[in-house]
Amino acid sequence: MILQKGTPAPDFELNSTPDQTLKLSDMKGKRVILAFYPADWSPVCSDQMSLYNETRKIFQKYGAEVIGISVDSKWSHLAFSKSKNIHFPLLADFEPKGKVSKEYGAYDGSNGTSTRALFIVDENGVIAWSYLSPVGINPGADIIIDELEKMNTDNKDVNK
Amino acid sequence: MSTLRTPVGSLDHKKGKSSATITLVEYGDYQCSHCGEAFVLVKKLMREFPNDLVFVFRNFPLQESHPEALGAAQAAEAAALQNKFWEMHDLLYEQQSQLNKNNFIYFAESLNLDIDQFEKDYDSENVMSQIESDIESGIRGGVNGTPTFFINDKRLDSYDETYESLEDAVKNAER
Repeated sequence: MILQKGTPAPDFELNSTPDQTLKLSDMKGKRVILAFYPADWSPVCSDQMSLYNETRKIFQKYGAEVIGISVDSKWSHLAFSKSKNIHFPLLADFEPKGKVSKEYGAYDGSNGTSTRALFIVDENGVIAWSYLSPVGINPGADIIIDELEKMNTDNKDVNK
Repeated sequence: MSTLRTPVGSLDHKKGKSSATITLVEYGDYQCSHCGEAFVLVKKLMREFPNDLVFVFRNFPLQESHPEALGAAQAAEAAALQNKFWEMHDLLYEQQSQLNKNNFIYFAESLNLDIDQFEKDYDSENVMSQIESDIESGIRGGVNGTPTFFINDKRLDSYDETYESLEDAVKNAER
């Protein structure tokens, strides 16, 4: 089962580019959307990551940054980002393979890939929402935006 | 199951008989090769179900991945203001590998559009806001890539890039 609402988000530090790493705890104070996904180079030209590339500005209106995570290597991510012109970090959960995905309950051992699990981590580093999309179905962006909207209603102080 | 947030309305581009009872909505990108393939399938579908089906196209240009997609959408919307939306739509998909501003004007010429007006409309607020409202309604309605189809307002998750998957969806749709 994927980690549920109210659980402190396990910290991690993974490569975002061949020579840079990103640490979840460094993003405290911001909302972070963690989008685990099976693989770079999926066969459709507008996959989940390309869609979030377009909706990133909407996420930012709600104070949220999106991060993609898969077990692909940093070199694959680099090439994939360049080919799709992706403007947000894609993290390599590559060595030990799938370690972070497993901690979030977002690993499919039979395929050796991350599942399509989504998490919103709030400003204090706690999971505010999580969702596991059925295999093969790109969950889109609207369910994330719905949740971010709800968080704003629940917590009016967020824009202070 | 995701459903269409914004119902088909008077601002939409529609094709088919007004008595038809099944509505197929596509959110598409003119530069997306998978949409180019779907274009051929939808044409065939419209030939096979001439009395049952209304087809609606909404813009969903993935601007970061496809640098010419927004311009192509603008060209189609500008042509729409001279009642040539579907003609431009077809040309854009038929010439998908040739998308650029010069060619949009060339396409407009070949459709006998008023070119001065076309160029004015191309960058107009009217055209841009139509495209933006399509994108927004798509994002909020569960469009998760291109093409995304909705049949009678329900997202068609069974589309697998084959003609059969569209045909089955039409056959199984409530009339």
